[in-house]
Amino acid sequence: MARLPPAHCTKIFVQRDYCDGTAVKFQTKFPQELEDRVERHIFEETVHELNAFYLEAETLSTRICCENCLACLTAYVVFLCMDTHYEKVLKKIGRFIQEQNNSIYIPRGLLLIDPAERGLRVLEICILVDDNSR
Amino acid sequence: MSVVEVMSTAKKWEVFPGKNKFCCNGRLIMGNQTAIFYVTLFLIVIVTGLFFGSDCPYLAVRLSPAIPVAGILLFLFVISFLLHTSCTDPGIIPRATKEEAADLEKQTGGPSAVCGRDLPLRTRELTINGVLFKLKYCQTCRIFRPPRASHCSICDNCVERFDHHCPWVGNCIGKRNYRYFYLFLVSVSMHCIFICAFSVTTLVLISIENENGFVAALKTSPGSIVEAVIAFFSLWSVIGLAGFHTYLVSCNLTTNEDIKKNSASKSDRRNPFSRGSLCSNYCEVICGPTPPRSTTFTR
Repeated sequence: MARLPPAHCTKIFVQRDYCDGTAVKFQTKFPQELEDRVERHIFEETVHELNAFYLEAETLSTRICCENCLACLTAYVVFLCMDTHYEKVLKKIGRFIQEQNNSIYIPRGLLLIDPAERGLRVLEICILVDDNSR
Repeated sequence: MSVVEVMSTAKKWEVFPGKNKFCCNGRLIMGNQTAIFYVTLFLIVIVTGLFFGSDCPYLAVRLSPAIPVAGILLFLFVISFLLHTSCTDPGIIPRATKEEAADLEKQTGGPSAVCGRDLPLRTRELTINGVLFKLKYCQTCRIFRPPRASHCSICDNCVERFDHHCPWVGNCIGKRNYRYFYLFLVSVSMHCIFICAFSVTTLVLISIENENGFVAALKTSPGSIVEAVIAFFSLWSVIGLAGFHTYLVSCNLTTNEDIKKNSASKSDRRNPFSRGSLCSNYCEVICGPTPPRSTTFTR
């Protein structure tokens, strides 16, 4: 279950990187506000993993083409009964973020918000106030 | 319940800032002006109804029962694609939260409004596949619009891969529903050709059988001529649009970009989003991965 951040915590926003087009990819530039809170290589690895997941969701493959052709032949009624490949990958990303929060970020007083909660537009990082984090 | 309690328990669709209309507790989302969509639906249903009422009973016996079966299948596809186009989130980009907008203000320098003076136009430049792009700041949504996105003034939202706002389907055409729109155009063109062809066939066969001439056939089956005329006049616009969008899909362009391309200088005309070949562009636009809606409106 996604954790809700405290109402008035400081938030850091990692914006999308559009240099390779409109595919979902976040900037790997290390935010200054995280300098003393988390190691640079750990943060960069998290963002790299996230970008790899989104690449998996958005890459055009034979499997995805077949999935969409089949859906087209059923007038897209089949998508009312099953998740698309993209939705399955987003669920994997949700589990990944939860695991990263539990093992790395929450112990350091930070909380990653799943970009899906923000329309895949931004990666939001909350700086939790120590006495409010439980 | 107090005002604060009501606001905190309100579902996202109830407090959505855009002008969209919602149905089924936020599961279906339509554009702002939907009157013409109902006209489209009405025309398709009436013409198909006339076809099944006046031509199918005769053609099923005289030619083949496969004709009404094909007609039903085509009708179901047309309606499904139309409803998918009209009731799907086209790729609405959620507006920035207060904190995000403040963070962007800090990065771009300066407050958002200073004593009623007009804001300087804010843009961010980047290069995508060797082509220079300017990301524009949307004053309404308080975000830098992603490439290919545009703000629809009718629905008051920024939409990803914005093509155009289509009054006939009552919704914006964007990243998430473009393929449904394209398939709707193709299927409705086929449906118009099918109805036109078979209603004329019915009239011709009746006039040959009764040997009383075409005018007598018209009196025997008046529904046929009504549906043939409507289908015939609709045919040219839908086929034209389907052809135009086939060209756009093959180049991986949107209607919005095609219009802007014609007014751009020769040096900016390369499309950085094209995959290089007709087939790859087609596959990406029609069969590419389907991103989910950006916000779950039912919560």
